[in-house]
Amino acid sequence: MKRLALFTVILAGVLFAATASEFPRLGDPDSAPSRHLSPAYIQGSLPQTHTPNFVTAVLGDYRGFDTMFETAVVFLAGMSCFFILRALRRRGLTEVYYYRHKPTGVVLAMLAPRRISPRTSCFERIDADWTPQDMVVETMCLFMVPFIQVFALYVIAHGHYSPGGGFQGGVLLAASFILVGLSRDLRTVESLLTEKTAILTAAAGVCLYAGTGLLALFFGGNFLDYGAYASFFGAAVPAARSMGILIVEIGVALTVMATLVTIYKLVSSRGTVEEGL
Amino acid sequence: MILEIKIAMLVLVIVCAVASITIKDLLGAAVVFGTYSFMMCLLWVSMAAVDVAFTEATIGAGISTVLMIAAVFRTTRRTKD
Amino acid sequence: MHELLAEFGNKFHYYGYFAIMMIGLYAMIAKTNLLKKCIGLGIFQTAIMLFYVSIGAKEGAGIPILDPAVGTADPAAYANPLPHVLMLTAIVVSVATLGVALALVQNIHRDHGTLEEDEILQRLRGK
Repeated sequence: MKRLALFTVILAGVLFAATASEFPRLGDPDSAPSRHLSPAYIQGSLPQTHTPNFVTAVLGDYRGFDTMFETAVVFLAGMSCFFILRALRRRGLTEVYYYRHKPTGVVLAMLAPRRISPRTSCFERIDADWTPQDMVVETMCLFMVPFIQVFALYVIAHGHYSPGGGFQGGVLLAASFILVGLSRDLRTVESLLTEKTAILTAAAGVCLYAGTGLLALFFGGNFLDYGAYASFFGAAVPAARSMGILIVEIGVALTVMATLVTIYKLVSSRGTVEEGL
Repeated sequence: MILEIKIAMLVLVIVCAVASITIKDLLGAAVVFGTYSFMMCLLWVSMAAVDVAFTEATIGAGISTVLMIAAVFRTTRRTKD
Repeated sequence: MHELLAEFGNKFHYYGYFAIMMIGLYAMIAKTNLLKKCIGLGIFQTAIMLFYVSIGAKEGAGIPILDPAVGTADPAAYANPLPHVLMLTAIVVSVATLGVALALVQNIHRDHGTLEEDEILQRLRGK
Protein backbone atom coordinates (compact mmCIF):
# COMPACT_ATOMS: atom_id res chain seq x y z
CA MET A 1 0.00 0.00 0.00
CA LYS A 2 2.75 2.44 1.00
CA ARG A 3 4.86 1.56 -2.05
CA LEU A 4 1.86 2.03 -4.33
CA ALA A 5 1.12 5.40 -2.70
CA LEU A 6 4.75 6.47 -3.08
CA PHE A 7 4.76 5.42 -6.74
CA THR A 8 1.51 7.31 -7.44
CA VAL A 9 2.74 10.41 -5.68
CA ILE A 10 6.11 10.43 -7.47
CA LEU A 11 4.37 9.90 -10.83
CA ALA A 12 2.00 12.80 -10.14
CA GLY A 13 4.93 14.95 -8.99
CA VAL A 14 6.89 14.25 -12.20
CA LEU A 15 3.83 15.08 -14.30
CA PHE A 16 3.38 18.35 -12.41
CA ALA A 17 7.08 19.18 -12.77
CA ALA A 18 6.82 18.62 -16.52
CA THR A 19 4.20 21.38 -16.72
CA ALA A 20 6.36 23.89 -14.83
CA SER A 21 7.87 25.27 -18.05
CA GLU A 22 4.44 26.59 -19.05
CA PHE A 23 4.11 28.83 -16.00
CA PRO A 24 5.50 32.38 -15.79
CA ARG A 25 8.84 32.79 -14.04
CA LEU A 26 8.85 34.09 -10.46
CA GLY A 27 8.19 37.82 -10.31
CA ASP A 28 7.45 38.33 -14.01
CA PRO A 29 5.62 41.71 -14.26
CA ASP A 30 4.36 40.82 -17.77
CA SER A 31 2.79 37.48 -16.87
CA ALA A 32 -0.81 36.95 -17.96
CA PRO A 33 -2.43 37.27 -14.48
CA SER A 34 -0.65 40.59 -13.87
CA ARG A 35 -1.58 42.17 -17.20
CA HIS A 36 -5.36 41.90 -17.45
CA LEU A 37 -7.32 42.40 -14.24
CA SER A 38 -4.76 43.58 -11.71
CA PRO A 39 -4.05 47.05 -13.24
CA ALA A 40 -7.79 47.81 -13.14
CA TYR A 41 -7.93 46.97 -9.43
CA ILE A 42 -4.73 48.85 -8.58
CA GLN A 43 -5.65 52.01 -10.50
CA GLY A 44 -9.36 51.98 -9.72
CA SER A 45 -9.23 51.28 -6.00
CA LEU A 46 -8.56 54.78 -4.70
CA PRO A 47 -10.81 56.82 -7.05
CA GLN A 48 -13.66 54.28 -6.90
CA THR A 49 -13.66 53.17 -3.25
CA HIS A 50 -11.39 55.54 -1.28
CA THR A 51 -9.44 52.54 -0.01
CA PRO A 52 -5.63 52.63 -0.25
CA ASN A 53 -5.34 48.93 0.63
CA PHE A 54 -6.13 47.20 -2.65
CA VAL A 55 -6.66 43.85 -0.94
CA THR A 56 -9.45 45.24 1.27
CA ALA A 57 -11.06 46.98 -1.71
CA VAL A 58 -11.09 43.78 -3.78
CA LEU A 59 -12.21 41.72 -0.78
CA GLY A 60 -15.08 43.94 0.29
CA ASP A 61 -16.28 45.58 -2.90
CA TYR A 62 -15.05 44.19 -6.23
CA ARG A 63 -15.42 40.57 -5.11
CA GLY A 64 -17.96 41.13 -2.33
CA PHE A 65 -20.20 38.30 -3.53
CA ASP A 66 -17.33 35.83 -3.16
CA THR A 67 -16.51 37.02 0.35
CA MET A 68 -20.18 36.86 1.40
CA PHE A 69 -20.38 33.17 0.59
CA GLU A 70 -16.96 32.48 2.18
CA THR A 71 -18.41 33.99 5.37
CA ALA A 72 -21.46 31.77 4.98
CA VAL A 73 -19.14 28.74 4.59
CA VAL A 74 -17.35 29.63 7.85
CA PHE A 75 -20.72 29.92 9.60
CA LEU A 76 -21.89 26.59 8.14
CA ALA A 77 -18.67 24.89 9.26
CA GLY A 78 -19.27 26.10 12.81
CA MET A 79 -22.88 24.88 12.69
CA SER A 80 -21.90 21.46 11.34
CA CYS A 81 -19.26 21.17 14.08
CA PHE A 82 -22.05 21.89 16.58
CA PHE A 83 -24.33 19.26 15.04
CA ILE A 84 -21.62 16.59 14.77
CA LEU A 85 -20.28 16.95 18.31
CA ARG A 86 -23.13 18.31 20.40
CA ALA A 87 -26.60 17.91 18.90
CA LEU A 88 -26.21 14.33 17.68
CA ARG A 89 -24.28 12.89 20.62
CA ARG A 90 -25.66 9.77 22.18
CA ARG A 91 -27.31 10.01 25.56
CA GLY A 92 -26.21 7.96 28.51
CA LEU A 93 -22.52 8.84 28.57
CA THR A 94 -21.27 8.32 32.09
CA GLU A 95 -20.12 11.71 33.20
CA VAL A 96 -18.77 12.66 36.57
CA TYR A 97 -18.64 16.20 37.88
CA TYR A 98 -16.11 17.09 40.55
CA TYR A 99 -16.72 19.68 43.24
CA ARG A 100 -14.26 20.91 45.83
CA HIS A 101 -15.40 21.93 49.27
CA LYS A 102 -13.55 25.18 49.73
CA PRO A 103 -13.01 25.23 53.52
CA THR A 104 -11.72 21.65 53.81
CA GLY A 105 -10.40 20.92 50.31
CA VAL A 106 -12.36 17.66 50.11
CA VAL A 107 -13.33 16.75 46.53
CA LEU A 108 -16.77 15.29 45.83
CA ALA A 109 -17.58 13.26 42.69
CA MET A 110 -21.18 13.49 41.47
CA LEU A 111 -22.64 11.22 38.77
CA ALA A 112 -24.08 12.91 35.71
CA PRO A 113 -27.67 13.98 36.39
CA ARG A 114 -26.93 15.12 39.93
CA ARG A 115 -25.23 18.43 40.47
CA ILE A 116 -24.54 20.89 43.21
CA SER A 117 -26.27 24.17 42.57
CA PRO A 118 -23.77 26.79 41.37
CA ARG A 119 -25.28 29.17 43.93
CA THR A 120 -23.85 27.10 46.78
CA SER A 121 -20.97 29.25 47.85
CA CYS A 122 -18.85 26.70 49.72
CA PHE A 123 -18.45 24.34 46.74
CA GLU A 124 -16.59 25.12 43.52
CA ARG A 125 -16.66 23.12 40.31
CA ILE A 126 -13.27 21.74 39.18
CA ASP A 127 -12.19 19.87 36.03
CA ALA A 128 -11.67 16.10 36.08
CA ASP A 129 -8.02 16.52 35.14
CA TRP A 130 -7.65 19.53 37.36
CA THR A 131 -4.17 20.71 38.22
CA PRO A 132 -3.45 23.61 40.51
CA GLN A 133 -3.44 26.72 38.32
CA ASP A 134 -0.31 28.80 38.08
CA MET A 135 -1.17 32.27 39.32
CA VAL A 136 1.58 33.94 37.27
CA VAL A 137 0.42 32.39 33.99
CA GLU A 138 -3.25 33.13 34.68
CA THR A 139 -2.68 36.75 35.74
CA MET A 140 -0.42 37.53 32.80
CA CYS A 141 -2.77 35.91 30.25
CA LEU A 142 -5.80 37.78 31.60
CA PHE A 143 -3.71 40.96 31.60
CA MET A 144 -3.00 40.48 27.87
CA VAL A 145 -6.64 39.96 26.87
CA PRO A 146 -7.81 43.62 26.72
CA PHE A 147 -4.76 44.61 24.69
CA ILE A 148 -5.40 41.82 22.19
CA GLN A 149 -9.02 42.94 21.86
CA VAL A 150 -8.14 46.59 21.35
CA PHE A 151 -5.58 45.57 18.72
CA ALA A 152 -8.24 43.41 17.05
CA LEU A 153 -10.66 46.36 16.87
CA TYR A 154 -7.84 48.48 15.40
CA VAL A 155 -7.13 45.80 12.79
CA ILE A 156 -10.83 45.68 11.79
CA ALA A 157 -11.29 49.46 11.63
CA HIS A 158 -7.91 50.26 10.06
CA GLY A 159 -8.10 47.54 7.41
CA HIS A 160 -8.60 50.18 4.73
CA TYR A 161 -5.16 51.67 5.29
CA SER A 162 -2.96 48.86 6.59
CA PRO A 163 -2.82 45.05 6.41
CA GLY A 164 -5.84 43.67 8.18
CA GLY A 165 -9.58 43.54 7.93
CA GLY A 166 -12.54 41.55 9.12
CA PHE A 167 -11.01 38.08 8.89
CA GLN A 168 -7.81 38.90 10.79
CA GLY A 169 -9.58 41.04 13.40
CA GLY A 170 -12.20 38.36 13.99
CA VAL A 171 -9.51 35.72 14.47
CA LEU A 172 -7.69 37.97 16.96
CA LEU A 173 -10.92 38.48 18.94
CA ALA A 174 -11.46 34.71 18.97
CA ALA A 175 -7.84 34.24 20.10
CA SER A 176 -8.46 36.50 23.11
CA PHE A 177 -11.38 34.30 24.21
CA ILE A 178 -9.34 31.13 23.61
CA LEU A 179 -6.53 32.60 25.73
CA VAL A 180 -8.99 32.98 28.61
CA GLY A 181 -10.07 29.38 28.07
CA LEU A 182 -6.49 28.12 28.10
CA SER A 183 -5.29 30.08 31.11
CA ARG A 184 -8.45 29.78 33.25
CA ASP A 185 -11.08 27.22 32.30
CA LEU A 186 -13.83 26.71 29.76
CA ARG A 187 -16.61 27.77 32.12
CA THR A 188 -15.19 31.31 32.27
CA VAL A 189 -15.37 31.52 28.46
CA GLU A 190 -18.89 30.09 28.59
CA SER A 191 -19.95 32.81 31.04
CA LEU A 192 -18.38 35.51 28.84
CA LEU A 193 -19.76 34.26 25.53
CA THR A 194 -22.40 31.56 25.89
CA GLU A 195 -23.01 29.06 23.13
CA LYS A 196 -26.37 30.58 22.26
CA THR A 197 -24.92 34.10 22.03
CA ALA A 198 -22.01 32.84 19.94
CA ILE A 199 -24.22 31.13 17.36
CA LEU A 200 -26.59 34.10 17.25
CA THR A 201 -23.58 36.43 16.78
CA ALA A 202 -22.28 34.29 13.92
CA ALA A 203 -25.70 34.34 12.23
CA ALA A 204 -25.96 38.10 12.84
CA GLY A 205 -22.61 38.62 11.07
CA VAL A 206 -23.77 36.80 7.94
CA CYS A 207 -27.10 38.66 8.07
CA LEU A 208 -25.29 42.00 8.45
CA TYR A 209 -23.28 41.24 5.32
CA ALA A 210 -26.21 39.98 3.26
CA GLY A 211 -28.49 42.70 4.65
CA THR A 212 -26.06 45.43 3.61
CA GLY A 213 -26.14 43.98 0.12
CA LEU A 214 -29.90 43.61 0.08
CA LEU A 215 -30.57 47.11 1.39
CA ALA A 216 -28.64 48.55 -1.56
CA LEU A 217 -31.46 47.27 -3.79
CA PHE A 218 -33.91 49.59 -2.03
CA PHE A 219 -31.62 52.57 -2.59
CA GLY A 220 -31.67 51.88 -6.31
CA GLY A 221 -28.33 50.11 -6.67
CA ASN A 222 -27.34 46.54 -7.48
CA PHE A 223 -26.91 43.81 -4.85
CA LEU A 224 -23.80 44.67 -2.74
CA ASP A 225 -23.33 47.98 -4.58
CA TYR A 226 -22.51 50.21 -1.62
CA GLY A 227 -22.32 53.26 -3.85
CA ALA A 228 -26.12 53.39 -3.63
CA TYR A 229 -25.82 54.51 0.01
CA ALA A 230 -24.30 57.85 -1.05
CA SER A 231 -27.55 59.72 -0.38
CA PHE A 232 -28.01 57.93 2.97
CA PHE A 233 -24.53 58.81 4.26
CA GLY A 234 -24.65 62.23 2.63
CA ALA A 235 -21.27 61.62 1.04
CA ALA A 236 -19.79 61.05 -2.41
CA VAL A 237 -20.11 57.63 -4.02
CA PRO A 238 -16.49 56.48 -3.30
CA ALA A 239 -16.80 57.49 0.37
CA ALA A 240 -20.08 55.55 0.61
CA ARG A 241 -18.33 52.49 -0.82
CA SER A 242 -15.62 52.86 1.82
CA MET A 243 -18.28 52.93 4.55
CA GLY A 244 -19.99 49.88 3.03
CA ILE A 245 -16.70 47.95 3.09
CA LEU A 246 -16.31 48.82 6.79
CA ILE A 247 -19.83 47.54 7.59
CA VAL A 248 -19.32 44.20 5.82
CA GLU A 249 -15.90 43.81 7.46
CA ILE A 250 -17.60 44.14 10.86
CA GLY A 251 -20.08 41.44 9.80
CA VAL A 252 -17.22 39.15 8.73
CA ALA A 253 -15.39 39.78 12.02
CA LEU A 254 -18.49 38.86 14.09
CA THR A 255 -19.02 35.61 12.18
CA VAL A 256 -15.37 34.53 12.28
CA MET A 257 -14.98 35.34 16.00
CA ALA A 258 -18.14 33.53 17.11
CA THR A 259 -17.54 30.52 14.86
CA LEU A 260 -13.95 29.98 15.95
CA VAL A 261 -14.84 30.31 19.65
CA THR A 262 -17.67 27.79 19.16
CA ILE A 263 -15.39 25.32 17.38
CA TYR A 264 -12.73 25.66 20.10
CA LYS A 265 -15.29 25.10 22.86
CA LEU A 266 -16.70 22.00 21.18
CA VAL A 267 -13.39 20.41 20.12
CA SER A 268 -11.62 21.03 23.43
CA SER A 269 -14.44 19.54 25.52
CA ARG A 270 -15.49 16.55 23.36
CA GLY A 271 -18.77 18.33 22.62
CA THR A 272 -19.96 18.69 26.21
CA VAL A 273 -18.81 22.29 26.75
CA GLU A 274 -18.18 21.41 30.40
CA GLU A 275 -14.46 20.90 30.81
CA GLY A 276 -11.86 22.35 28.49
CA LEU A 277 -8.10 21.99 28.17
CA MET B 1 14.07 39.87 -1.56
CA ILE B 2 17.37 38.03 -1.79
CA LEU B 3 17.07 34.78 -3.74
CA GLU B 4 19.18 32.71 -1.31
CA ILE B 5 16.90 33.62 1.61
CA LYS B 6 13.86 32.59 -0.44
CA ILE B 7 15.46 29.24 -1.25
CA ALA B 8 16.39 28.73 2.42
CA MET B 9 12.82 29.47 3.53
CA LEU B 10 11.37 27.11 0.92
CA VAL B 11 13.74 24.36 2.11
CA LEU B 12 12.71 25.04 5.73
CA VAL B 13 9.03 24.77 4.76
CA ILE B 14 9.66 21.41 3.06
CA VAL B 15 11.68 20.15 6.06
CA CYS B 16 8.86 21.15 8.44
CA ALA B 17 6.27 19.44 6.21
CA VAL B 18 8.27 16.19 6.13
CA ALA B 19 8.92 16.37 9.89
CA SER B 20 5.27 16.95 10.80
CA ILE B 21 4.10 13.84 8.94
CA THR B 22 6.96 11.56 10.09
CA ILE B 23 7.05 12.32 13.85
CA LYS B 24 5.64 9.33 15.74
CA ASP B 25 3.90 11.50 18.34
CA LEU B 26 0.74 13.42 17.48
CA LEU B 27 1.38 16.27 19.91
CA GLY B 28 4.81 16.81 18.36
CA ALA B 29 3.29 16.63 14.89
CA ALA B 30 0.74 19.31 15.83
CA VAL B 31 3.47 21.62 17.16
CA VAL B 32 5.68 21.12 14.09
CA PHE B 33 2.64 21.85 11.92
CA GLY B 34 2.40 25.20 13.71
CA THR B 35 6.06 25.84 12.88
CA TYR B 36 5.33 24.93 9.26
CA SER B 37 2.56 27.54 9.17
CA PHE B 38 4.89 30.18 10.57
CA MET B 39 7.58 29.40 7.98
CA MET B 40 4.85 29.69 5.33
CA CYS B 41 3.97 33.11 6.76
CA LEU B 42 7.59 34.28 6.27
CA LEU B 43 7.51 32.97 2.70
CA TRP B 44 4.40 35.04 2.02
CA VAL B 45 5.98 38.21 3.39
CA SER B 46 8.83 37.62 0.93
CA MET B 47 6.23 37.62 -1.89
CA ALA B 48 4.78 40.99 -0.66
CA ALA B 49 1.50 39.33 0.39
CA VAL B 50 1.24 41.01 3.79
CA ASP B 51 -2.50 40.42 4.29
CA VAL B 52 -2.12 36.71 3.59
CA ALA B 53 0.88 36.54 5.92
CA PHE B 54 -1.09 38.25 8.71
CA THR B 55 -3.97 35.80 8.27
CA GLU B 56 -1.63 32.83 8.23
CA ALA B 57 0.20 34.00 11.36
CA THR B 58 -3.05 34.37 13.32
CA ILE B 59 -4.91 31.35 11.92
CA GLY B 60 -2.29 28.81 10.86
CA ALA B 61 0.20 29.31 13.64
CA GLY B 62 -2.37 30.34 16.26
CA ILE B 63 -5.89 28.93 16.13
CA SER B 64 -5.35 25.77 14.08
CA THR B 65 -2.45 24.67 16.32
CA VAL B 66 -4.68 25.15 19.39
CA LEU B 67 -7.49 23.17 17.74
CA MET B 68 -5.10 20.38 16.77
CA ILE B 69 -3.63 20.19 20.29
CA ALA B 70 -7.17 20.16 21.74
CA ALA B 71 -8.08 17.25 19.47
CA VAL B 72 -4.91 15.34 20.44
CA PHE B 73 -5.64 16.02 24.13
CA ARG B 74 -9.19 14.67 23.78
CA THR B 75 -8.27 11.58 21.70
CA THR B 76 -4.83 10.00 21.90
CA ARG B 77 -1.17 10.85 21.39
CA ARG B 78 -0.28 7.39 20.13
CA THR B 79 0.28 6.77 16.43
CA LYS B 80 1.71 3.87 14.50
CA ASP B 81 3.27 5.88 11.69
CA MET C 1 23.00 23.07 -20.57
CA HIS C 2 23.42 26.63 -19.36
CA GLU C 3 19.97 27.58 -20.66
CA LEU C 4 18.48 24.59 -18.89
CA LEU C 5 20.08 25.73 -15.61
CA ALA C 6 18.79 29.27 -16.12
CA GLU C 7 15.33 27.88 -16.81
CA PHE C 8 15.55 25.85 -13.60
CA GLY C 9 16.70 28.94 -11.67
CA ASN C 10 13.63 30.86 -12.85
CA LYS C 11 11.21 28.05 -12.04
CA PHE C 12 12.80 26.53 -8.91
CA HIS C 13 9.93 27.66 -6.67
CA TYR C 14 7.39 25.64 -8.66
CA TYR C 15 9.37 22.45 -7.95
CA GLY C 16 9.32 23.34 -4.25
CA TYR C 17 5.53 23.83 -4.32
CA PHE C 18 5.04 20.55 -6.17
CA ALA C 19 7.22 18.81 -3.57
CA ILE C 20 5.13 20.24 -0.70
CA MET C 21 1.92 19.28 -2.50
CA MET C 22 3.14 15.71 -3.04
CA ILE C 23 4.17 15.45 0.64
CA GLY C 24 0.62 16.39 1.60
CA LEU C 25 -0.88 13.96 -0.92
CA TYR C 26 1.38 11.14 0.33
CA ALA C 27 0.32 11.82 3.93
CA MET C 28 -3.35 11.70 2.91
CA ILE C 29 -2.95 8.40 1.03
CA ALA C 30 -0.36 6.41 2.97
CA LYS C 31 -0.65 7.48 6.62
CA THR C 32 -3.12 5.38 8.57
CA ASN C 33 -3.60 7.82 11.47
CA LEU C 34 -6.59 10.10 10.92
CA LEU C 35 -5.00 13.17 12.53
CA LYS C 36 -1.94 12.69 10.27
CA LYS C 37 -4.36 12.72 7.35
CA CYS C 38 -5.75 16.04 8.59
CA ILE C 39 -2.21 17.46 8.76
CA GLY C 40 -1.61 16.17 5.22
CA LEU C 41 -4.77 17.94 4.07
CA GLY C 42 -3.48 21.19 5.59
CA ILE C 43 -0.12 20.81 3.85
CA PHE C 44 -1.83 20.14 0.51
CA GLN C 45 -3.99 23.25 0.91
CA THR C 46 -1.07 25.53 1.75
CA ALA C 47 0.88 24.25 -1.28
CA ILE C 48 -1.96 25.33 -3.58
CA MET C 49 -2.15 28.71 -1.82
CA LEU C 50 1.62 29.19 -2.30
CA PHE C 51 1.22 28.47 -6.01
CA TYR C 52 -1.56 31.06 -6.36
CA VAL C 53 0.26 33.79 -4.45
CA SER C 54 3.53 33.19 -6.34
CA ILE C 55 1.63 33.86 -9.61
CA GLY C 56 0.74 37.33 -8.30
CA ALA C 57 4.28 38.24 -7.20
CA LYS C 58 6.17 40.86 -9.24
CA GLU C 59 9.86 41.59 -9.23
CA GLY C 60 10.72 44.72 -7.26
CA ALA C 61 7.05 45.34 -6.47
CA GLY C 62 5.89 46.64 -3.10
CA ILE C 63 3.06 45.44 -0.92
CA PRO C 64 -0.42 46.03 -2.41
CA ILE C 65 -1.13 49.16 -0.35
CA LEU C 66 -1.09 52.55 -2.02
CA ASP C 67 2.13 54.47 -1.46
CA PRO C 68 1.46 58.19 -2.10
CA ALA C 69 5.08 58.67 -3.16
CA VAL C 70 4.74 56.05 -5.90
CA GLY C 71 1.17 56.58 -7.11
CA THR C 72 -0.81 54.20 -9.29
CA ALA C 73 0.45 55.26 -12.71
CA ASP C 74 2.54 52.08 -13.00
CA PRO C 75 0.68 48.94 -11.85
CA ALA C 76 3.97 46.99 -11.89
CA ALA C 77 4.98 48.84 -8.70
CA TYR C 78 2.46 46.82 -6.65
CA ALA C 79 1.91 43.08 -6.28
CA ASN C 80 -1.24 41.66 -7.85
CA PRO C 81 -3.94 41.89 -5.12
CA LEU C 82 -6.38 39.35 -6.60
CA PRO C 83 -4.56 36.09 -5.61
CA HIS C 84 -4.04 37.56 -2.12
CA VAL C 85 -7.79 38.04 -1.67
CA LEU C 86 -8.66 34.56 -2.93
CA MET C 87 -6.11 32.87 -0.68
CA LEU C 88 -6.92 35.02 2.38
CA THR C 89 -10.49 33.74 2.40
CA ALA C 90 -9.27 30.21 1.61
CA ILE C 91 -7.08 30.19 4.76
CA VAL C 92 -10.03 31.15 6.98
CA VAL C 93 -12.24 28.51 5.37
CA SER C 94 -9.44 25.94 5.79
CA VAL C 95 -9.37 26.41 9.59
CA ALA C 96 -13.16 26.11 9.76
CA THR C 97 -13.09 22.87 7.76
CA LEU C 98 -10.21 21.66 9.96
CA GLY C 99 -12.57 22.13 12.91
CA VAL C 100 -15.21 19.96 11.20
CA ALA C 101 -12.58 17.30 10.42
CA LEU C 102 -11.42 17.26 14.06
CA ALA C 103 -15.04 16.94 15.23
CA LEU C 104 -15.48 13.87 13.00
CA VAL C 105 -12.16 12.44 14.26
CA GLN C 106 -13.32 12.85 17.87
CA ASN C 107 -16.61 11.08 17.11
CA ILE C 108 -14.70 8.20 15.48
CA HIS C 109 -12.37 7.95 18.47
CA ARG C 110 -15.34 7.88 20.86
CA ASP C 111 -17.00 5.06 18.91
CA HIS C 112 -13.94 2.90 18.18
CA GLY C 113 -11.33 3.94 20.72
CA THR C 114 -8.58 4.31 18.13
CA LEU C 115 -7.46 6.66 15.39
CA GLU C 116 -5.69 4.04 13.21
CA GLU C 117 -7.55 3.45 9.98
CA ASP C 118 -6.68 -0.28 9.71
CA GLU C 119 -7.82 -1.02 13.28
CA ILE C 120 -11.12 0.79 12.65
CA LEU C 121 -11.61 -1.26 9.44
CA GLN C 122 -10.92 -4.47 11.37
CA ARG C 123 -13.45 -3.53 14.01
CA LEU C 124 -16.04 -2.69 11.36
CA ARG C 125 -15.47 -6.05 9.58
CA GLY C 126 -15.55 -7.96 12.84
CA LYS C 127 -19.03 -6.71 13.69
